[in-house]
Amino acid sequence: MLWLILLLPFLGSLAAAFLSSRARDTAGIIAGMVALVGTLLTAFLYPAAADGTVLRSEIEWLPTLGLNLVVRLDGLSWIFAQLVLAIGFLVVLYARYYMSRDDPVPRFFSFLLAFMGSMLGLVMSGNLVQLAFFWELTSLSSFLLIGYWHQNEAARSAARMALIVTAAGGLCLLIGLLLIGRIVGSYDLEAVLASGDAIRSSELYLPALLLILIGAFTKSAQFPFHFWLPHAMAAPTPVSAYLHSATMVKAGIFILIRLWPVLAGSEAWYYIVTSAGLLTLLIGAWAAIFQQDLKGLLAYSTISHLGIITLLLGIGSPLAAVAAIFHTLNHATFKASLFMAAGIIDHEAGTRDLRRLSGLYRFMPITATLAMVAAAAMAGVPLLNGFLSKEMLLAEAVTDYNDTWLDQALPYLATLGLTFSVLYSLRFIHQTFFGPRPTSLPRTPHEAPRWMRAPIEVLVVACLVVGIFPAVTMGPVLEVAARSVLGPNMPTYSLAIWHGFTRPLFLSIVALAVGAAGYFVFARRLNTASAVPLLGRLKGRRMFETVLSILIGAARRLMKVVATERLQSQLRVLVLVGCLAGLLPFLRAGYGVGELGVTPLDPGFGAVWLVGAACALAGAWQAKYHRLAAVVLVSGTGLVSCISFVWLSAPDLALTQLLVETVTTILLLLSLRWLPKRLPDVWPEAGTPISVRARRAIDLVIAGGAGLGLGLLSYAIMTRSLPDTVSRFFIERSYPEAGGRNVVNVILVDFRAFDTLGEITVLAIVALTVFSLLRRFRPASESVRSPLQQLQQDAFDEERDDRSRGDTLADYLLVPRVIMEWLFPFITVLALYLLIRGHDLPGGGFAAGVTMSIALILQYMAAGTRSIEARLRIKPLNWMGIGLLTAVATGLGALIFGYPFLTSFFRYFDVPLVGKVPVASALLFDLGVFLLVVGTTALILIAIAHQSIRTTGRRQPEARPQPHAGEQG
Amino acid sequence: MELVLALGIGILVASGVWLLLRPRTFQVILGLSMLSYAVNLFIYAMGRLAVDAPPLVGSGPPDPALYDDPLPQALVLTAIVISFAMTALLLVVLLASRGLTGTDHVDGEDGE
Repeated sequence: MLWLILLLPFLGSLAAAFLSSRARDTAGIIAGMVALVGTLLTAFLYPAAADGTVLRSEIEWLPTLGLNLVVRLDGLSWIFAQLVLAIGFLVVLYARYYMSRDDPVPRFFSFLLAFMGSMLGLVMSGNLVQLAFFWELTSLSSFLLIGYWHQNEAARSAARMALIVTAAGGLCLLIGLLLIGRIVGSYDLEAVLASGDAIRSSELYLPALLLILIGAFTKSAQFPFHFWLPHAMAAPTPVSAYLHSATMVKAGIFILIRLWPVLAGSEAWYYIVTSAGLLTLLIGAWAAIFQQDLKGLLAYSTISHLGIITLLLGIGSPLAAVAAIFHTLNHATFKASLFMAAGIIDHEAGTRDLRRLSGLYRFMPITATLAMVAAAAMAGVPLLNGFLSKEMLLAEAVTDYNDTWLDQALPYLATLGLTFSVLYSLRFIHQTFFGPRPTSLPRTPHEAPRWMRAPIEVLVVACLVVGIFPAVTMGPVLEVAARSVLGPNMPTYSLAIWHGFTRPLFLSIVALAVGAAGYFVFARRLNTASAVPLLGRLKGRRMFETVLSILIGAARRLMKVVATERLQSQLRVLVLVGCLAGLLPFLRAGYGVGELGVTPLDPGFGAVWLVGAACALAGAWQAKYHRLAAVVLVSGTGLVSCISFVWLSAPDLALTQLLVETVTTILLLLSLRWLPKRLPDVWPEAGTPISVRARRAIDLVIAGGAGLGLGLLSYAIMTRSLPDTVSRFFIERSYPEAGGRNVVNVILVDFRAFDTLGEITVLAIVALTVFSLLRRFRPASESVRSPLQQLQQDAFDEERDDRSRGDTLADYLLVPRVIMEWLFPFITVLALYLLIRGHDLPGGGFAAGVTMSIALILQYMAAGTRSIEARLRIKPLNWMGIGLLTAVATGLGALIFGYPFLTSFFRYFDVPLVGKVPVASALLFDLGVFLLVVGTTALILIAIAHQSIRTTGRRQPEARPQPHAGEQG
Repeated sequence: MELVLALGIGILVASGVWLLLRPRTFQVILGLSMLSYAVNLFIYAMGRLAVDAPPLVGSGPPDPALYDDPLPQALVLTAIVISFAMTALLLVVLLASRGLTGTDHVDGEDGE
C-alpha cells in the first residue's frame, strides 16, 4: 500500500510522458486519477496514523552499508502526504483549464506527477540518504516545471537559478545528513529520532546543523537564499500554486520539523533559525508591499509566511512547533487558492500588473469573493484559519523563553511583520477588485469557467471551516501530526477562536488596524513605487549572477592554464601517466623474472610472430602514406593474434577474433572512400622543422617505452605460477551446475550473464549512436563524386549502345557474385550451428551473430545495396530489439520460478538418433545475444554502406530508387 | 613461447601507441585496433600459457590443472566484441568530423 502510493505518481508520470503532445485531456485524467487515488489511499491510512503507529515497509538495498529503502508513514508524513496529494489534485483540475491548447500539456502533467512523486518520496522516507535522494529529485523536477515554458528566456534562467540554489543546498543537506548518520551510526530515521541527545552533544552537531539548515533554507526560500522564489514565478501559475504553497518550499519546512526533535533545543538552533525566520518574515512582507506584479506580491508573501513558520520552529518550544505545523497547513490552503485566483485574473484580464487592474469585482464577483476570503485568511482576519495560527505565533512571541534581546524584541517585530502582511493583502484585494472600471486591459475580463473555480472554492471553504470550527476539523489531525513529532512532550493547547482579551489578541488588532490605516494613507504612493525602498539595493539575483560569473571565469582561466584542446597532447599525457603508473611498483619492488619454467618454443609460433611483428611495424609506418596497405597489415596482425589464440588453447577467442576481424576490415574499407586524398607532405623531406622532428622523436620514445614496459610486465607475469582464482570454481561447476562443457561460454551466458547483458546493451547503444550520427552525415565536398574507377566504367558503358550503366561492374563481379549469393544459406547454417553448439564447444552467441552478419553483408557486396534491398528487407533495429528483449525475458523468467534474475535452468534430453541434447535456458539467453549482435553489426555496416547511395542520390535525383523500409540512410 | 608472446605484445603496444599519437584520425583508429590486440593478448596472458588445454570439460569431475584458465578468455571475448563496437563508433565520428571540418586532423584543423 505504501509503495503503491509512492509509485503511482511516477507510473503516471511515465504514462503521461508517452502521450502525444495534444492529448491534454487524457493526460489530465491520468494525473487527476493518480492524485485522487493517492489521496484516497492515504486517507484510508488515517486510522493507523492516528493510532500513533508508524507504518513501515522496508526493502533491503545495501544492508552492509546500512542503506535500505524504507517507506515510513507517521502522523507528520501522513499530513504532508495528504497535503501533497490533495492540493495536487486540485492543481491538476485547475491546470486542465489553465493550460493553453498550444502547449504540450501531457509533458506538463508528466513533470507535475514526477514532482508529486518526489515530494511523496521525501515525506515518506524512512532513511536519511533516501530522503536526500528524493530531495534532489524535487529540485530536478521543479527545475523542469519552472522551465516548462522553455522558449521564454526568463523561465529558463529562473529554472536554472532555482536549480543551482536548491541543488547546492541539497548537497549541503546530504553532507549534513551523512554527518548525522555518522553520529548516530545509522541512517534509519527511527534510530536517528531516538538519539537526539547524542546528536546535540556531539562535536559534529554544529557543522551538521549548519549544513542541514543551509539545505532547508535554500529550499524554503529563507533569507539570504530567498531570491530564487520570486523569479520562479515565470512558471505557469498552476506550478506556482503547487510549488510555492503546498510542496517545494514546504520541503525545507518538512525537514526542519522532521529533525526538530533531534536538532532543536540548542542555542545555535535558536539564534540561527529564529533570526533567519524573523528576517525572512520582515523582508518578505516589506518587499511584498511594493510589488506591482500580482504573482510577485504572492511570491514575497510566501517568503514572509515561510519566515513565520521557520521563526516558530526556531523558538523551540513544543507549542511553537504545533503552531508551525498548523500554519504550514493553513498557508498551503490560502496561498494555493490565492495563486489560482491570480492565475484566473491573469487569464481573463490578460495582465497581472496591479497598476492596470482595477474594479474587477464587476466582472468576476465569484472569483473576487473567493480571493477576498483567502486574502483575509492571509492577513489573519478572525474566523479564518490564518487568524488561528497567527494568534498562536503571537502567543509564542509574547511568552518569555529566555531573556535574550531576540526574545524581548520578538513580539514587536512579529507584529510589524503581520502589519505588513495586512497591508499587502488589502492592497491585493482593493487594487484588483475595487475602484473604477479598468481602462487599459488587453481583453474584457469575465468569470472563469465553472471547474476552474472549483479548486479555489474547495480551498476557501476549507479556510472558513477550519477558521470557524478549528477544534472539530483540524484539531484531531493536527494532534496526530504534532504527536508524531513531539512524542511525550505534547503540550496542551486549545484550538479556539476566543481566548479572552489577551496580549496576542491586542497585538493582532494593532496589526490589523495599523495595516489598514497604512494602506489607506499610502495606497496611491505604492502604485508609483518602482523598487523596494530600503532593500532595493539588496539584489539577490545580481549577487547570485556575479558569484556565478566569477566561478565560471575562474574555471575558464584554470582550464586555459592546465588544459589543452589538442588531442595529441592529451593522449601523450595520458599514455605517459599510464606508463608511470605501471612503472611505480617496479621502482619499489624491483623487476624479476618468475620461477615458472617457460613453455618450450615451437618454431612455428616464432615464425608466426615474426610475421605479426613485421605487420605491426609496417602498418604503423604505412598508416600515413597508404591507408589500404595499412588496413591489410593491421588485419595481418589481427590474424596473428588469432592464430596465437588457437595455439594457446583459446578456440573461442580465435573464432570470435577471426570473425570480428572480418567485419572490422569491411568497416575500415567502407570508410576509406570518405577520407581525403593524402596531401603531399607539408614539409619536404629535408625541410621538416626541428620542432616537428623533436615531437616525432618524443612520440617514438614514448611508444617504445610503453611497448618495452608492457612486454617486460607480461613476461614477468607469465613466468610466475597462477594463484588460485575463481576460475577453479567455474571449471568445476560448469558441467554439473550449468550443463555446459565450454567453460568460457558458460561463464558468459550463465555465471556472469548479467555482465553479458550489460555488454550487449552497450553494443546496442553504440550501434544506435553510429546510426544516428550517420543520419546527419555530411561528407566532404570532394568525396561526393563517384570514385574515379566507377566513372570510367560508367563512361565506357554509356559510349556503347548495347550496354547500360553498371554493366561492366556486373560483368566482372559475375563469378564472385554467384558464389557469394550461394554462400548465404551455408553461412546461415554455420551461424546457427555455432549458436547451438556454443554451450559445449567453441561458438556461442557472439560468434554466431557476427557470422550471420557477415552472411548479410556478403549479399550486399554481391548484389549492390539497392538491388539487395529490393529483395531482402533487413530490419536491424528489430533484430536488436528482439534480441535484447529475449535476453531480458530469459532473465526475468527465472524470477517467475522464484530464483534470482538470470538464474539458468538446464536439462539433457535423449532425442532418438541425435543423442543427448542439452536444453538450457542459457541457450535462450545466447539466442538473445545472437540476435542482438546480428542486429548491431548489420546496422553499423549497412548504415555506412548506405552513405554511398545517399550521396549519389543527392547528385542525380532522377536515379534515386523508391525508398523502402530497409533503407537506413 | 612466453618470450615470443611478450615480445609480440611489446611490439604491438609500441606500434599502437605510436599510431595513437599521430595527428591523422585514421592513424589513431588503426592505433587503437592495434592496442586492443595487444591488450587482449595481455589479458589472455594473465591466465598463463597452455598448449592443447582448451577449457572444454568432460562430464566427469574436472581437474582445473588440466585446462587453460577460462576467466581471462571470457573477459577477452567480450573485449573483442566491444573493441569492434568502439572502432565502429570512432570511425563514424571520424567521418562526421571529416565532413564537418573538411580535414582528417584529430583537432579538426591542420596542424603538423
